[in-house]
Amino acid sequence: MNIQLNNNPDIIPGDSLSISDILRLKNFSFPNLVIKINGQLIRKPQYDSALVHDGDIVEIIHLISGG
Amino acid sequence: MNWLKIQEKLSYRSAGIAGAGGLGSNCAAALVRVGIGRLVICDFDCVEESNLNRQFYFRDQIGLDKVEALKINLLRINPGVIIETHKIRLTTENIPELFNGVDILFEAFDRADQKVMIIESALTTWPDRPLIIGSGMAGFGDSNSIRMRNVGNLYICGDETTEISSDLSPLAPRVGIVANMMANTGIDLLLKF
Repeated sequence: MNIQLNNNPDIIPGDSLSISDILRLKNFSFPNLVIKINGQLIRKPQYDSALVHDGDIVEIIHLISGG
Repeated sequence: MNWLKIQEKLSYRSAGIAGAGGLGSNCAAALVRVGIGRLVICDFDCVEESNLNRQFYFRDQIGLDKVEALKINLLRINPGVIIETHKIRLTTENIPELFNGVDILFEAFDRADQKVMIIESALTTWPDRPLIIGSGMAGFGDSNSIRMRNVGNLYICGDETTEISSDLSPLAPRVGIVANMMANTGIDLLLKF
């Protein structure tokens, strides 16, 4: 399927994948993330159940300590 | 827009600042200098000597509550600004009430997990209110890696890469760039309201 990941077109295997699957697939190991699918906020407890489908816009923002 | 018009427009605007450390204290100073009308500032910490390498406090303020010291310093810039302070640890539960009614919110926390907490709380409570955050500003040099990008109503300022560590301290120059970039992004939005 074709998705938009962090403003870049991306091709992901399968018809639908959970956020947890995508994090594994992309080797995103950062612990502090803000995630949106089509503008909808996805919190940590939903990472296994929130599904990404063809055409979805996914934002994975990784937050860094310091301030 | 001329300077008088900017001051006049901003005098009717308000901002919330979550955290009065390196980002929050310097961002607040920039906002007050250009004429923001009202600030709501929340922080639970006291001023320590180790803060003075980047935060808008003075040596004789060590030991004071940050929100009190910051209020004193901001009122010295503009005695007319309304500063509402809360010495409090921000949580998912108290954020909606404390920052209710401000036009724009600045996330100025230190820890990444706390940044996630306020971003999720704010975007859920106020989906239409701009939220400006700082992420990635440790160390020195490489000014050009610091930039702003937005994801909907979330405006991210910083390099999104440099995490603080024992070898990568947050220091006045880069923290100041991000704090002022946050303030700059904020007034740009407020002046379009």
